[in-house]
Amino acid sequence: MRHLLSAADFSHDEAVAMLDLAEDMAEVNDREVKKLPTLRGKTVVNLFFEDSTRTRISFELAAKRLSADVINFAAKGSSVSKGESLKDTAQTLEAMGADAIVLRHSSSGSAFRLAHTDWVDSSIINAGDGSHEHPTQALLDAMTIRQSLNQDVRGKDLAGVRVLIVGDISHSRVARSNLLLLTTLGAEVHVCGPATLAPSSLVGKERVHYLLDEAIRQVQPDVVMMLRVQQERMTASFFPTEREYSRVWGLNKSRLSALDDKTIVLHPGPMNRGLEIDAASADSKNSKVLHQVRNGVSVRMAVLYSLLSGEKENA
Amino acid sequence: MSKRTVLSADDLSRAITRISHEILEANHGAENLVLLGIPTRGVFLAERISSVIKKHSGHEVQVGSLDVTLYRDDLAKQPTRGPGVTSVPSTGITGSTVVLVDDVLYSGRTVRAALDALNDHGRPKAVLLAVLVDRGHRELPIRADFVGKNLPTSSVEHIAVKLTETDGVDEVVIES
Amino acid sequence: MPRNYILQSATDVFGKSVDVVIEDGAIVEKPALGVEHEKIDCSGLTVLPGFVDLHTHLREPGFEQSETVASGSRAAAAGGFTAIHAMANTFPVADTAGVVEQVARLGEDAGLVHVQPIGAVTVGLKGEQLAELGAMAQSKARVRIFSDDGNCVHDPALMRRALEYVKAFDGVVAQHAQEPRLTVNAQMNEGALSAKLGLAGWPGVAEEAIIARDLMLTELTSSRLHVCHVSTAGSVELIRQAKLRGIRVSAEVTPHHLLLTEDLASGYDPIYKVNPPLRKQSDVDALRAGLVDGTIDVIATDHAPHPKESKDTDWASAAFGMVGLESAYSIAQQVLIDSGESSFERLAEVLSTNASAISGLTDQGTYLSVGKVANLTLVDPEFKTQVESKTQSMSENNPYVGRSFTGGVVHTIYDGQFSYRNRQIVERSAL
Repeated sequence: MRHLLSAADFSHDEAVAMLDLAEDMAEVNDREVKKLPTLRGKTVVNLFFEDSTRTRISFELAAKRLSADVINFAAKGSSVSKGESLKDTAQTLEAMGADAIVLRHSSSGSAFRLAHTDWVDSSIINAGDGSHEHPTQALLDAMTIRQSLNQDVRGKDLAGVRVLIVGDISHSRVARSNLLLLTTLGAEVHVCGPATLAPSSLVGKERVHYLLDEAIRQVQPDVVMMLRVQQERMTASFFPTEREYSRVWGLNKSRLSALDDKTIVLHPGPMNRGLEIDAASADSKNSKVLHQVRNGVSVRMAVLYSLLSGEKENA
Repeated sequence: MSKRTVLSADDLSRAITRISHEILEANHGAENLVLLGIPTRGVFLAERISSVIKKHSGHEVQVGSLDVTLYRDDLAKQPTRGPGVTSVPSTGITGSTVVLVDDVLYSGRTVRAALDALNDHGRPKAVLLAVLVDRGHRELPIRADFVGKNLPTSSVEHIAVKLTETDGVDEVVIES
Repeated sequence: MPRNYILQSATDVFGKSVDVVIEDGAIVEKPALGVEHEKIDCSGLTVLPGFVDLHTHLREPGFEQSETVASGSRAAAAGGFTAIHAMANTFPVADTAGVVEQVARLGEDAGLVHVQPIGAVTVGLKGEQLAELGAMAQSKARVRIFSDDGNCVHDPALMRRALEYVKAFDGVVAQHAQEPRLTVNAQMNEGALSAKLGLAGWPGVAEEAIIARDLMLTELTSSRLHVCHVSTAGSVELIRQAKLRGIRVSAEVTPHHLLLTEDLASGYDPIYKVNPPLRKQSDVDALRAGLVDGTIDVIATDHAPHPKESKDTDWASAAFGMVGLESAYSIAQQVLIDSGESSFERLAEVLSTNASAISGLTDQGTYLSVGKVANLTLVDPEFKTQVESKTQSMSENNPYVGRSFTGGVVHTIYDGQFSYRNRQIVERSAL
């Protein structure tokens, strides 16, 4: 593997192997010395054109646990915000010796573009590109789901698991990557959201639901994944008010009780408590939000290890 | 390709028994002893040594595995490989006498990586090294404390250690 | 300097072998006695009326790093064009008599092609207030086509006024049909692919809604409408119905919308980012059918040069547009002739005579009419070529690089003189 651009980069077996590798990495996090010398001498650049403290810290910790040097480059508020392009910034960072570039960018396809032009030779990891994809988020979600359903997780996929993703599917990179990866792993993925934000072309008509209560009844999900609501969608008339959104699509106490006891609740964070999820649901035993955060470090270690160890292929 | 069997199943069994006794002797018994095999075959060898020790001393010696993949110094020179399993006894290794067990001692780089890995799990009182075959060609100042068989080889030859657990047969073969 | 030529054994659009005689720049029936002619063997070549492009971005004044009137003229000559229409979105905008006259004069200075300026409909292309259309019409540049291309004249009242106003001088409003509120930040054709790629969708309805409205306004005002770069099957059908009702509408399609589809966006290479966006194969098929059956009148290039940095970036940051002058003929031949769907007669209409009629150019599209100035293009329908990035245009945002085309321009004769001969530009200073 040279780049990680899309959750579609993984075949079934590769996805399972990556999750197993992430479990190996997770063991390191439980040790006294939470560090491996594996990527000593490698340099990982977190190139973030958009703010995302959580994702950035998670990648940073993952790289540091593997002994790589980490540079954080927040493009916002620097020369990049006016004029300097993705190309120039990436080339500058590579000239300083970056082996991998972890890219977060508001423009869909930017990671793909960086990987497929002759701009840089570094390995590219897509840490979220516009409303396109966020593959490491899908990996950590898959890892969390697998752990919650199995005692012994190794080698297992997600065959038969019913997942319901709720919210703004149209603009969500989390939803897109999860749809791809969870489906590859054998899960049955449904989406639910306002009709303005739930395009049927991504999953097929029979797996799109417009009302959360109905969706819960029909799908009987093992996993409910709540997406973060963006304020700007409301101003663009995708839905009328926060109150209405939370009334129809928010996860609350009564909807939580309609779910099976074992159903787990995921959220990519940061949560808008009281909007897409209420405090009772967010803090319930069903909520695996903190597992997701912990697994995030493990899957990013696994990805960095896969990309940066081994012979460099000639792309 | 020519093949030559250098240790038969009986030879192999005898070698393990001898190593087990030497370990007991060096450690003055089985107390405070932890055997850590290096995957894949080192783990099975460690288990065999443990059962020999148990037979002779009645002592249950703790066995674990110590994967060194993530500590290797040649990661950038080989295709990416997944790490094997690491399982250290739940009591930990700090203060114990750890015997690292591997099938073949060659350049010494695996053992170097194992010593680094060990460091991250705790601070043993002492670390010893047991190998089934020492084939020479060391690249680091490392030597084994317990050796099943010294086999002077040329670097173009390949030593294949086969165990029933992994290969269905117990033998050591030189291929060239 | 002799301006007398005999183009021997060329094939005309009807398939007949002809000797074309040009004396002192004009077509004559037969060679005059006592006049010396240069004889040029044109066997294997088809003689066509010089091509007329209704939609060219020459970028001068204001954006000379992309193209100039001179470099665009060279690209036009190499593409077989003898007239091009310079779009108004320059800096300053071509919204006054002064700017359109300047562009026309730059065209005359280059001397390789007739450069006919298009005037802006509204001041600064802002869509707020009518520009001085009458002054531009009566200027030396003799503007007849008005367009805010790049922007849509989206205010219905303003569009109505513009349609009414241009009737006074037989003008035509060329509309860039794009409902702005339906295309906020739009990046590519809306559909399953845009959803998958996470690129904001550009629905066909954004184009069709404006066309439908403008057709009604055109009928109401008994005026004349030209629809720029039609890109959807729905638009073709609207125009087809309007023509049946007798509404005076003409329409153009670009070479790229006749050939390329939205799938090319999958690699996020902005070389394929264009306004309107590349659509689906079913749209391409409908556009081709409309071109063959007469619904669409004209192939217009929408030649839109951009400097490298405008495309050497991520998709959303990149500029819209692609160059097209030098590949237009090959694509027209592929779509009309090689496909077996149509004829050289039709090709001559859509690349030349219809456009000159829409623009009211009396010296263009006259083909072999005796007494007329010779504006002719000779093509080799068998010529095979692979597109390279370096062309006569200053810009290299060419989506066809690496593709193989059949059929190419060999000679272009503008105003009775070679502007392009044996695939070489003939600079005016060399004459």
